[in-house]
Amino acid sequence: MIPASFDYARPTSLDEALGLLAEHGDDAKLLAGGHSLLPLMKLRLAAPSMLVDIGRLRDLDYIREDGDRVRIGALTRHTDVEHSDLLAREVPLLAHAAGQVGDPQVRHRGTIGGSIAHGDPASDLPAVVLALGATLTAVGPSGSREIPAGDFFQGFLETALAPDEVLTEISVPRLAGAGWSFQKFNRRAQDWAIVGVAAVHNGSTGVALVNMGSTPVRAAAVEQAVDGGAGAADAAAHAADGLEPPSDLNASAEYRRHLAQVLVRRALQEAGVS
Amino acid sequence: MTALDTPPAAAPAGVLGTRLRRREDPALLTGESRFVADLVVPGALHLAIVRSQVAHGRIRSIDTAEATAMPGVVAVFTGDDLAGDWAAPMPCAWPVTPDMKNPVHHPLATGTVNYQGDAVAVVVARSEYEAHDAAEAVVVDIESLPAVVDLDDAMTDRVLVHESLGTNRSYTWELTPDPDAVERAFAEAAHTVSERYVQQRLIPSPMEPRGVVVVPQPFGGDVTVYSSTQIPHILKVMLAVTTGIPETALRVVAPSVGGGFGAKLNVYAEEILATVLARKLRQPVRWVEERSEHSVATVHGRGQIQHIELAADADGKVTAVRVRLIGDMGGYLQLITPGIPLLGSFLYGGVYDIPAFSFSCTGVFTTKTPTDAYRGAGRPEATYAIERAMSALADEMGIDPAELRRRNFISADKFPYTAAAGLVYDSGNYGPALERALQMAGYDDLRAEQARRREAGDSKQLGIGISSYFEMCGLAPSRALGGLGFGSGGWEAATVRVLPTGKVQVVTGTAPHGQGHETSWAMIVADKLGIDPADVDVLHSDTAIAPHGLDTYGSRSLAVGGTAVYLATDRVIDKARTIAAHLIEASADDLELSGGTFRVKGSPDRGIALSDVAFSAFTAHNLPDGVEPNLEASSHFDPPNFTFPFGTHVCVVEVDTETGAVAVARYIAVDDCGNQVNPMIVEGQLHGGIVQGAAQALLEEAVYDDDGNLVTSSLLDYMVPSATEFPSFELDHTVTPSPSNPMGVKGVGEAGTIASAPAVMNAIVDALRPFGVRDITMPASPQRVWQAITSAQGAAR
Repeated sequence: MIPASFDYARPTSLDEALGLLAEHGDDAKLLAGGHSLLPLMKLRLAAPSMLVDIGRLRDLDYIREDGDRVRIGALTRHTDVEHSDLLAREVPLLAHAAGQVGDPQVRHRGTIGGSIAHGDPASDLPAVVLALGATLTAVGPSGSREIPAGDFFQGFLETALAPDEVLTEISVPRLAGAGWSFQKFNRRAQDWAIVGVAAVHNGSTGVALVNMGSTPVRAAAVEQAVDGGAGAADAAAHAADGLEPPSDLNASAEYRRHLAQVLVRRALQEAGVS
Repeated sequence: MTALDTPPAAAPAGVLGTRLRRREDPALLTGESRFVADLVVPGALHLAIVRSQVAHGRIRSIDTAEATAMPGVVAVFTGDDLAGDWAAPMPCAWPVTPDMKNPVHHPLATGTVNYQGDAVAVVVARSEYEAHDAAEAVVVDIESLPAVVDLDDAMTDRVLVHESLGTNRSYTWELTPDPDAVERAFAEAAHTVSERYVQQRLIPSPMEPRGVVVVPQPFGGDVTVYSSTQIPHILKVMLAVTTGIPETALRVVAPSVGGGFGAKLNVYAEEILATVLARKLRQPVRWVEERSEHSVATVHGRGQIQHIELAADADGKVTAVRVRLIGDMGGYLQLITPGIPLLGSFLYGGVYDIPAFSFSCTGVFTTKTPTDAYRGAGRPEATYAIERAMSALADEMGIDPAELRRRNFISADKFPYTAAAGLVYDSGNYGPALERALQMAGYDDLRAEQARRREAGDSKQLGIGISSYFEMCGLAPSRALGGLGFGSGGWEAATVRVLPTGKVQVVTGTAPHGQGHETSWAMIVADKLGIDPADVDVLHSDTAIAPHGLDTYGSRSLAVGGTAVYLATDRVIDKARTIAAHLIEASADDLELSGGTFRVKGSPDRGIALSDVAFSAFTAHNLPDGVEPNLEASSHFDPPNFTFPFGTHVCVVEVDTETGAVAVARYIAVDDCGNQVNPMIVEGQLHGGIVQGAAQALLEEAVYDDDGNLVTSSLLDYMVPSATEFPSFELDHTVTPSPSNPMGVKGVGEAGTIASAPAVMNAIVDALRPFGVRDITMPASPQRVWQAITSAQGAAR
């Protein structure tokens, strides 16, 4: 519970943060809410020599409408996503899922950007942005670029972000009136999902899974089956197709495959797939 | 003569039994309480312990050179370095048999390590950070030996934990008063059940891990030890024995202690080590346990394989119980490790009138953290076995589990009841608690709903579990402990003094760590004296202030310590009455004390306030001949018997048969802890206790891999529950006073935990009966429930 020693910087602008990342390279880690990084440091599983605390970059804390999308600043806390009237109306799946992250203490510190940039396959929000078809904005030394959520998660805790880039914004399509469901299966309310499912059904169907592989992952076979006219039960039979879920204390890979099928069926039914 | 303009206010009549708010809570809730880690001791050096990463091995070398050279490091010591500093090995105070095997061990291991977390070296540094950085730099080379994880495997002696002992078996303890009667009962039985249950290991996980600060006093060689402990008095004696510091030079203080659950009923390596190092270095030292360190370095609970058999006649009347246990000792014997299964031994007959009894337990060493007391200590295990087995018998016979219990309860007219195992149960009336719980649950309606869901093939099946428990607490009659080989008595001490201003000071030998003794003891005294509880101060947990005591564990504090307070108050009143009679020239026999004033019976306007008597006792200007100054009296109460609280809990679960998830839908508890001092505190103990037992059934397990690595060493993987996992509990009580003490109280600190695990598991098994499931190993995780359903379905095909 005592981390190794590290240097600490608290930039007051995004440019300053980018400069620090450029200077320290792989030795630096960004600190936002700290709910993934600090536990790793206290267990001495992570030992960055430079901690760049971007917590004061409050201009990255916003939720606003922009045409047919809603844009969310990366430093927006889970609790603000959870309680946003705009999101509750336009993207209720995201608001609901943010309310399922960890416990109230975690939700008051943790940020949407931190959760997505960490890329943990067991986290709730990466699967949600996959199902929603979100677009992620990253800013680096050579300017900003947009990354489709589907291209963002590349390996276990590996994302499309370069070491000198900062995730600044999550943009999601407005889906007022669409069917949706978030199924989180865990043993204690505060835990990560053993398996989770995020689904939207709005003409086309988006289904993504939590903790079913080394990355957050879309259930592409399910989406195709639904869009091809299959019912919820038949489509859900494909929930684990092509996936290699982990085995751990809570669940074997076999049990996870079974859970994925049950939970996807329930999610599709709740989202309005008959 | 009046000492105060406004003497202490009279309490409303009968403060006992009221829901007085706990005086402890404002400081706890606002963060003002001071725990060991909060103590600021200028100049204190910090300890970090280097622990074995392997479960079992021979130490080849420990290289401390790099660590010693690091910034802020004062010294690094290995077990060999300190071999001359111990006066005696680590203590085990409960040799349960004359031939019990107890491997010698010291605070730092030498030669071999015997569990992951076994301490091998200590870094002393000027800051906590420097100590932990340097601990990482100590190079420990250990030749790995095979681990001994599984209890059945340990019994085979295939791999020996301690080679020099020649066996992994520490002891076998047997209690079979009439072997022929047991054999006969099984031979003649119309029905029998034979069940095997596994009590998984649990990690106690109090909110505050352990910690110790040792301060050598600047003059005279005295040493003050601040420790997060339940047992400051026992610790003082044991520190004297293990360090050689005279008991007269030791003072042990337990500041605010953030829970213990039995895990702080121990004498730990770090306490002895810190004391020895403070003496050696002549400086204060401090050690604060990390959360993940707690998982390996603080004792675990439970860890048993239970084999229980019941014999019953054609009516379901149980005629014999036979129990065989294997108890997991872990790598060494800690303070009372070997005795924990024995504390439950007498309870395997449960609340039932069973004429024949046989019990045997073999304690075996494994290469895991030592086990020891954990909330209930032996009694939850016993209750689990008998209550699961009773429901299995009901299932076997095709009768309702509530009805089978009714047929077997010890009837109320048989108390005090001498059980086949030898104990005398003080008082009990088991039927009403069961009937009240069934009534609250709406038992018949629940059964109807269960049948409806079964009929409909609902994916959410309903299960109803019953647990009619009793337990043995109020530890303990000293003679009974002596008969069991326990290295201590079971009495408790108290002093009550009325100060010159009329305020009252109570000194207790109990050591509260969350139970609310300050509130409850003040209520006892205030009720007797007829004053406001706020005018009663309660001092404890400092051996300089409370020199006599046997501390807090085993739901003993109220029945034994509270009784000592009660009796000391009586003695103070007797003395005050003598002085009062002298002062107002009345006969002592004519005086009655009420509302804080002695009054002459029949002449209520003739009287004198207790505070005026106290002031007179202080000035001593006008005392009767032969009466000493001051109003103070003590009591050392040794109880004549244990106390036996009881009750019935009913758990209702919904099992999602598609996922295996279990949700506790309702939980009903009707408990009888005798007379209640403060019902709010009773309910608080039950709430926490029920959750802790239900957590064993549903969530918690210390999991080791085959190499003896603890894989649940953080609270991510070790599943301590939170409030969101449970519904609001539905509580009620009956009152059957104990004849073992004048207040008629029993004890409630462990009752919830003892009752709840079997209630929850009986409910889960009840829900899954249509699938052919008879047992699920605790904790009943969703995966295990799902596997049980699928394998039972597979077998059915």
